[in-house]
Amino acid sequence: MEQADQERGLVTLMAWKPAITNLEELKDRPALNRLLSWKAEAVTGAKFDRDELTIWLRREFLCEACRLLRDDAATAFNFFSDVTCVDWYPEEPRFEVVYSLLSMSRKERIRLKVKLNSDDPSVESLTELWPGANPFEREVFDLFGIHFNGHPYLHRIMMPEDWQGHPLRKDYPVEGYR
Amino acid sequence: MSSKFSSLEPVVEVIGDDRTMVLNMGPQHPSTHGVLRLLLELDGETIVRIRPDVGYLHTGIEKTCEAKFYQQVVPLTDRIDYLCPMTNNLAYALAVEKLLGLEIPKRAQWIRVMLNELTRLNSHLVWLGTHALDIGAMTVFLYCFREREDILRLFEMVSGQRMMTSYFRIGGLALEVPLGFFERVKRFADAFPSHIDEYESLLTKNPIWTGRTKGVAKITYEDAIALGLSGGVARGSGVDWDLRRDMPYSSYEQFDFKVPVATEGDVFARYVVRVEEMRESTKIVQQALAGMPEGPIKADAPKVVLPDREKMKTQMEALIYHFKIVTEGFTVPAGEVYQGVESPRGEMGYYIVSDGTAKPYRVHMRSPSFANLNAILPMCQGNLIADVVAAIGSIDIVLGDVDR
Repeated sequence: MEQADQERGLVTLMAWKPAITNLEELKDRPALNRLLSWKAEAVTGAKFDRDELTIWLRREFLCEACRLLRDDAATAFNFFSDVTCVDWYPEEPRFEVVYSLLSMSRKERIRLKVKLNSDDPSVESLTELWPGANPFEREVFDLFGIHFNGHPYLHRIMMPEDWQGHPLRKDYPVEGYR
Repeated sequence: MSSKFSSLEPVVEVIGDDRTMVLNMGPQHPSTHGVLRLLLELDGETIVRIRPDVGYLHTGIEKTCEAKFYQQVVPLTDRIDYLCPMTNNLAYALAVEKLLGLEIPKRAQWIRVMLNELTRLNSHLVWLGTHALDIGAMTVFLYCFREREDILRLFEMVSGQRMMTSYFRIGGLALEVPLGFFERVKRFADAFPSHIDEYESLLTKNPIWTGRTKGVAKITYEDAIALGLSGGVARGSGVDWDLRRDMPYSSYEQFDFKVPVATEGDVFARYVVRVEEMRESTKIVQQALAGMPEGPIKADAPKVVLPDREKMKTQMEALIYHFKIVTEGFTVPAGEVYQGVESPRGEMGYYIVSDGTAKPYRVHMRSPSFANLNAILPMCQGNLIADVVAAIGSIDIVLGDVDR
């Protein structure tokens, strides 16, 4: 009965398994395994939820970790998909910079996150590794005010150069006066 | 920063060298396909450096999304990449469905695939027409828009709108397709390959076209990967990658199609790849028509999907759910997903964070045009200014997609 229902598309809410956050259980994932064997202190947490792996990194190790993930044959995350940010105002650490990498040879995605406090929202730039990260980092700088150290041209990209404030921050109103 | 991509650094500040001049191109320039502004540093007719300046069309869609219910975001997604509204709808709907854990019926998936391929044809027709027009082939434009009009009529038939369709819903489709729709799609798909032949007969062996495109605005495989290029631009440089085949979504694994790849990396290679893609898309449409499954077009999830009008007239629960979904939206379990789909321009990705309420906490669009615009640097550096127009056209950018 259930099978037939499924074929007709009637059983719809497939419950996702609860997210796995235990590092030990996730050790068989190549990316996490490689990072842990490289520098266990670089990884502050991991989560496997809805078929997607997220790894939290300490910000000082971000660039080296990405280099490792890109160049190591076991991980081979050669393609830089995306970087963006999530503002968890008023919590601290307030910002989470979210990187999305893709491995074309292994057909796998990974999400890397770096948590940043609001008193010093800065992180290393990945433009050395992937020049294509350039406009994405400028966008995050423009809309969230995250500084990317080592970026060759960190200027506003969407908003006018003389704009005040960073529109995608949660304390910036959607409409009305700022 | 390697010197190869040094033009990402400012152009204007280096004025003063007597040899070079800085030329401003756009934002109101017909061949920039929107409001793209380019700063070109020239030495004679050779481009020394080039810097794209974007943001003229920034409307803060990502911010607006945070203030809308999940279902209210769908019309906004149309307006990001206005040449492929269905692709944006699909990417967003898939992302939210992934967050919800919602499996949608086969028929809805197949109709989505079919409409997505029609959207791809629509987008590629606009690209081919305007690209050829930029380079000087006027006639192609007229033919392309003739067929595009057919597709837009199909969209109007199915959704009531020609361009901003908003036809997909979270959990399925807005309505069952109208009577006679599949027959009209069939007529269109049967005739379309001959139209592609027609465009090709005007361009592929045309010496003016090949002279303006072959060997022009080259980009290597390594640069394509390093710059995060995707879609036709990357496949023209030998990157054998298509999300429809390699990371299938919405039942694409059940369709049989080839991913055209060319290795030359020039404007002509990108032209060849996209024209072949049109042929493959037509095949997918034909397969979808031939094997269209029967069944519902919406998932049976009463708390998420609006009930049928008929049910609302007879069932109390349906009326209540309808009222609740419309007035207070539906809640989505906390979590985050990234869903990438292959848009006509490349990898269109939606990153959605939910905090468990009825409005998304954060919606981010990884738009293909934004990343592909990087390609303008290696394409134009050291080349002639006359080829800039060919390069922009071959990237196939949509400025709504770049600026959001």
